[in-house]
Amino acid sequence: MDIYLPIAEVSVDVFVLLGLGGVVGFLSGVFGVGGGFLLTPLLIFIGVPPTVAVASSANQLVGASVSGVLAQWRRGNVDFKMGYVLLVGGLAGSFLGVWIFTLLKQLGQIELTISLSYVLLLGTLGALMMVESLRTQLRLHRPGAVRRKLHQHNWMHGLPLKARFRRSKLYISALLPIGLGFVIGVLSAILGIGGGFILVPAMIYMLGMPTAVVPGTSLLQIIFVAANVTLLQAYTNRTVDAVLALVLLVGGVIGARIGSQFGTRLRGDQLRLLLALMVLAVAAKLAFDLTVRPPDLYSIASEKE
Amino acid sequence: MSRAGLAVGLWGWCLPLLALTFPWTAPPRAEALSADLTSHLIAITTGFTGASVVLFGAIDAPGDVAVVVRGPDREMTVRRKSRVAGIWMNSQEITFANVPSFYFVAASRPLDEIVSPGAAALYRLGVANLEIKAESGAPREIVDSFAAALIAAQQRAKLFPSAVGKVHFIGERLFRTTIEFPSNVPTGTYLVAVFLVRDKDVVSGQTTPLVVSKVGIDADVFGFAVRQPGLYGIVAVLTAVVAGWLASLPFRSA
Repeated sequence: MDIYLPIAEVSVDVFVLLGLGGVVGFLSGVFGVGGGFLLTPLLIFIGVPPTVAVASSANQLVGASVSGVLAQWRRGNVDFKMGYVLLVGGLAGSFLGVWIFTLLKQLGQIELTISLSYVLLLGTLGALMMVESLRTQLRLHRPGAVRRKLHQHNWMHGLPLKARFRRSKLYISALLPIGLGFVIGVLSAILGIGGGFILVPAMIYMLGMPTAVVPGTSLLQIIFVAANVTLLQAYTNRTVDAVLALVLLVGGVIGARIGSQFGTRLRGDQLRLLLALMVLAVAAKLAFDLTVRPPDLYSIASEKE
Repeated sequence: MSRAGLAVGLWGWCLPLLALTFPWTAPPRAEALSADLTSHLIAITTGFTGASVVLFGAIDAPGDVAVVVRGPDREMTVRRKSRVAGIWMNSQEITFANVPSFYFVAASRPLDEIVSPGAAALYRLGVANLEIKAESGAPREIVDSFAAALIAAQQRAKLFPSAVGKVHFIGERLFRTTIEFPSNVPTGTYLVAVFLVRDKDVVSGQTTPLVVSKVGIDADVFGFAVRQPGLYGIVAVLTAVVAGWLASLPFRSA
């Protein structure tokens, strides 16, 4: 059954959209990543114009994150204080990000910058996570293994403005989550994503948050970042297709529900290993696309009257 | 492209047609050709999966008929990737000013059999005669290769159907053809031109407008998004928030 999308101006099979939403929702349920980095390319692949795909993904992300946060909140897995502190940095960062985006666009090669940053970021993050989670797994399977401290102390713990984050069992400087939020804000404005797949590992490894609290808290921050992107895109580019977002959302919430139930059955280190594998796979795909001769050297951009 | 530019573009294309209808090029006589569409409006609704319109007509004496359907002109930019330091990146771009957003040709026999190359060029019959203009000082062969890539892309998107449609004759005077529009058909005012061809030359012509437009909820959503983008954005976000909240409700009872 086909449905005509009024802003994208194409007809797409409803069940394909529901399926796409479902897969992305599943990932967000398991890992607490929004899945925008996966959804956008898939939408482009089925014929939605890239600008509409980016903007509408952000719109559906708002809804998916709301339902995800509510589900995690019922399990007591959302650190609201941490979320709000991250958000302060995030909003500030997104202003700088939008400015950088405009600058890059003027210089040309915005797509290349996006792809290259993805490869670098995802490759580094994925490799680090992979090594760490494999180490944890090995240690677990060795009898008589010594339990590691919750997190290592280093220079970051000497920073001022210390605050207690009860849910996360942390007593750290508020500057850390503000700084992290700021970086995520910049990146998500440039890369057009919620930033979950960067935020989640950073929360685990940089801040030392317990894995269980991470998805809910990450999604809380994504709600606001995605809402901000949706508003900006709707206002400046008029590329938000609310019909597309809504159909994706229906599939997404079903997927998210299955995903979050699946997620609770996994151990933290298993979850991190899976996330590492996924992040590495996306990085490898992007790197491959950049270096292999594209099947079509030409690309077309149409300007409407 | 500006509205004025569009008008000039259409005007330039219509001129040879208008010349045909003026008495100083052809002696006045009974209509050599008359044709019409079964519908002058293609309405795009939520369930739109493409549409077809039948064009029918009659000619006064045996001959051949060619039909050209052309969507509103758009400005299109073609970029070409090349390898720089092991990475494929966009390195060259050419903008074309007058690319039809849709272009379809139908004929009663293969085009090269019924019309001379000169006439085909004059009346823009066939993709090869589109003459899309490049806003670039690049060498001719490069511009040509970019134009070819643009046409190939439009053909893949089914906006330039690569097969020439068939005009069927019922007897010697009556003809009909079906024009198929894909689901991604651009909106705007189309021109359907019908040509009567004899002895490899166009002897009569007629153009009919065809409007492709969104109607119903889709038109409302589109209009809202364009006219009040700020409010539309807020509504889009709120809708998503409410939908997300509703979706999480059954968790409570579970």
